[in-house]
Amino acid sequence: MRWLSDSAVERLREDADLPDLDNSKYALIRKLGSGGMGTVYLAQDAELGRKVAVKVMNVTDPSGALASRMMREAQIIALLEHPSIVPIHDVGTLSDGRVFYAMKLVHGRRLDESVDSASLSDLLRIFQKICEAVAFTHSHGVIHRDLKPENIMVGSFGEVLVMDWGVAKVLSSRRPESDPALLENGDISLEEIEFADTLPLFGTPQGETSGGTVIGTPAYMPPEQAMGRTEQLDERSDVYALGAILYFLLTGRPPSDTSGSSTEPSELHIGQPARPRQIRSKIPKAIEAVCLKAMSERQADRYRGAEEMATDVLNFLDGSPVSAYRENLVEIAGRWASKNRFLILLILTYLLMRVLVLFFLRR
Amino acid sequence: MRSDRFPVTRLSAIVGTKSSDQEERTRAFEALIAAYWMPVYKYVRIKWNKPGEDARDLTQGFFAEAMEKDFFGRYDPAKAKFRTFLRTCLDGFVANENKAAGRIKRGGGATIMSLDFDGAEEQLRVASPPVDGSIEDYFEKEFARSVFSLALESFRANMLNAGKEIHLELFERYILDNEDGSTKASYKVLAAEFGISTSDVTNYLALSRREFRRVVLDKLRELTASDDEFRREARALLGVTPP
Repeated sequence: MRWLSDSAVERLREDADLPDLDNSKYALIRKLGSGGMGTVYLAQDAELGRKVAVKVMNVTDPSGALASRMMREAQIIALLEHPSIVPIHDVGTLSDGRVFYAMKLVHGRRLDESVDSASLSDLLRIFQKICEAVAFTHSHGVIHRDLKPENIMVGSFGEVLVMDWGVAKVLSSRRPESDPALLENGDISLEEIEFADTLPLFGTPQGETSGGTVIGTPAYMPPEQAMGRTEQLDERSDVYALGAILYFLLTGRPPSDTSGSSTEPSELHIGQPARPRQIRSKIPKAIEAVCLKAMSERQADRYRGAEEMATDVLNFLDGSPVSAYRENLVEIAGRWASKNRFLILLILTYLLMRVLVLFFLRR
Repeated sequence: MRSDRFPVTRLSAIVGTKSSDQEERTRAFEALIAAYWMPVYKYVRIKWNKPGEDARDLTQGFFAEAMEKDFFGRYDPAKAKFRTFLRTCLDGFVANENKAAGRIKRGGGATIMSLDFDGAEEQLRVASPPVDGSIEDYFEKEFARSVFSLALESFRANMLNAGKEIHLELFERYILDNEDGSTKASYKVLAAEFGISTSDVTNYLALSRREFRRVVLDKLRELTASDDEFRREARALLGVTPP
């Protein structure tokens, strides 16, 4: 018998792992990346002749529950037509029972890979776009529940795309019943999607947990989600995750070190993360306050939604006061001076000219 | 005689070791030995720091005693995975043999089947285990190598038996002819080499891939005791949970 080398084993393993897209219109090209729930491949849509990203779930779906949930995810995303939300083209089941969906192929870098090369103001502008995209979905009663830098793509022209709506939830209390614009988008509406159901938050449809851990990303997860209190999740849960993303953008690291990967949800939120300014002292106090307000333990202490947070970030970028931080007089003066640099320069120039004129006239 | 149908799925060899049918028990042990002798030999060589000759005797002796004393019949899938259980048995066996050294020849000089120990030594010479990895990880990796090597052998036999020589050649050319780390040949290059269309290359490789995956899963089913363990192993080895 021929014993295989390490590289041969790896090649065989990779190849055996490739999904069989034979009964679909997609031709597999190569693997792009993988996550907890599924693996994404580059594929060619044979009918339309375009390249797409195909995400194949890592588990099979004998009951069809995952397929129907994926279909609901596709429906939710289809209705959330927004430039920062990646559209899903197609949902199907492979011959081996795994569910897949095809979506627009996104060119760009993940947010966590873009941090080092960008300035704070660039990062905050990107962050503001993320808030706006999330605010849009909140306005339609949908929360993401797994926001993190790895789920954000940044295009080469600064466009921002919020990915992976696999664990999104439609909030039954926020039915957009009177939103005609939403209903115009297609034949179905969010009302027709089963509101009682959500996409899987804990475990797979078969009830298996992924290696015994909570699905979601502990470092970016609000306490109520980490504790498994799913009924408490609302827009403010996404706000917490946005705060954690802002923390990452400001400090270059996630809010808490979860390398230990506790399997007990209740252990995921022991202790508060260090304040951003303790890590990087040059971070402005106002933007630190925005971050910490969003990451408050109590939901009531956070921003009520992503829009409110986006407004504060925009105010900070414009040199206006933010609701999360009460400035003293010196800070107000400093911010005013910084915002009105040109005006101050103009006045100073004018005064200097007056002094010079008076000086020469007296001679 | 050729058959265009592939063989049916085998039953668990671990369960087979408890069978009242002697023939079934023998088949089950042979399947387990085929999959585990190489990881066991390398484990004994490295963890117990045994010279080649001693490791050969201990490997043969371990499987001989496992058959004789029905080690594997005591395995409970609810408590641990089979490999962990096997390593525990092996450690116990080697420790006992160390204590008994001098009283009897290690392993009692048992020879239960012909095993390619020279080949194993050659592998150890070419690819020594990483110094920073754990011995458990090394054992896992060797088990994966063993499963894929056995699966590839069965896959070859199945494809030849089904008259799919071109599929087999294409698969081996595409997957295995890159030992030097070079990139895989493109479908276009393969199509030109084999004198077939690019879509034929896609289809042949898809069929081969499907059959190879089936053989690997079949092998795993044979080497696991329960459906739950089988699914866990398939997920660990192939990244997917089988249907």
